[in-house]
Amino acid sequence: MRSLLRYFIKNYAFVLFLLLEAISIALVFKYNAYHKAMYLNTANRVSGTVYESFITVKNYFRLARINKLLAEENTRLRSLTGYSREPLEVNEIIENIDAEGGIYRYTSAMVINNSVNRPFNYITINKGAKHGIKPDQAIITHNGIVGVTLKVSDSYSLAMSVLNGRWSISAKIKKNNYFGSLVWESGDYRTASLKEIPIHVDIAKGDTVVTSGFSAIFPEGLTIGTIGDFHQADGDNYYNITLALGADFKSLSYVEVIDNPDRDEVWELEKISP
Amino acid sequence: MISSYFKYTVMFILLVLIQILILNQVQFSGYINPFMYILFILLLPVNTPAYALLILAFLIGITIDLFSNSMGIHASASVFVAYIRPAVIRIISVRGDEIDNFPGLLQNKFSWFLTYTSIIVAIHHFILFYLEVFSFSGFFNTLLRVILSSIFSIFIIVLSQFIIFRK
Repeated sequence: MRSLLRYFIKNYAFVLFLLLEAISIALVFKYNAYHKAMYLNTANRVSGTVYESFITVKNYFRLARINKLLAEENTRLRSLTGYSREPLEVNEIIENIDAEGGIYRYTSAMVINNSVNRPFNYITINKGAKHGIKPDQAIITHNGIVGVTLKVSDSYSLAMSVLNGRWSISAKIKKNNYFGSLVWESGDYRTASLKEIPIHVDIAKGDTVVTSGFSAIFPEGLTIGTIGDFHQADGDNYYNITLALGADFKSLSYVEVIDNPDRDEVWELEKISP
Repeated sequence: MISSYFKYTVMFILLVLIQILILNQVQFSGYINPFMYILFILLLPVNTPAYALLILAFLIGITIDLFSNSMGIHASASVFVAYIRPAVIRIISVRGDEIDNFPGLLQNKFSWFLTYTSIIVAIHHFILFYLEVFSFSGFFNTLLRVILSSIFSIFIIVLSQFIIFRK
């Protein structure tokens, strides 16, 4: 016993090394094993404040670009609603809402931290619980989906980016409604792959891919991107499709968070059916 | 003595801020992500007691982890390189070669500092990137990321020695 103790004292550095290394590895394992959100931290007050004060400086240099995007968005919305056609009839609005199965609520937010080059990328936005953000809400920009919120603090939220190998999104080809799942395998932040589209389906480069609406997080029909390249591996029944993502993940600034009030009801139902 | 505590505290904060606010935002082509904060571990005095070395390495690693949503991986890689640092210094120092107590560039020969930095950075990045993807699938893809990022980190660390941490 004494010699063991003496050994430990003599080699305390090694023991300490093992201890600290064990703590770190345990954290890595926990993080990998279960719902990681518990250990994700950039939504807390300290790091949120640091990132937010930095992004105000950074955004100053991007003002011209952000303005241009907002102007384009305005033009697009205007062409959808007012000037280019007759105003919507009241009944038409109600029909639209019914067709989509619910009323989605939009909140605008600013991205304060974002990465594109890790295997698992996350986004921090500057809106949180007090602005009505909850976990599992969709985040989009005007030209594509961005991610889904994971963890919410009072005034910040942490979201999983589409560029994250830990999840996939149900997607469909707009023109013929065939659906598959969208996954991102690390590497390029501009592309993702669309899986499970059978080879008999007629697809072409440039076809738009949208969300399928199966998940109750993303409303149906949001743009994800366009088909960039596809080929059929020998003996495989599915295409390998490379998708050009619509959202520019490298220069995310303003995003919208979508709340689906019917989501819990949908999940409740799905839980009952086996 | 006090001034050296102060110097290392400032360095700690500065390096963490540089890492999370600048380098983590610099993302070239999805492959390169330089990590400069290891400089803190590199520059601790040669005669730093092992426990202080390990604990400080753990602290800076976990701080970077907290800011980049990657629990444990930076801490783990940092603690490992801190543990092997004395051995690395011993191996690369030729006998009779006077090694300054402060392992910076200006105190030592350029080739010595470059070897020292390269070994530590390469090992650190290797552990970091493989722990991050947490699998050996896509081994060469990850290896490429290790190599490219290492080159970039070494470059930045050596460059920084010429610009700021001169004392």
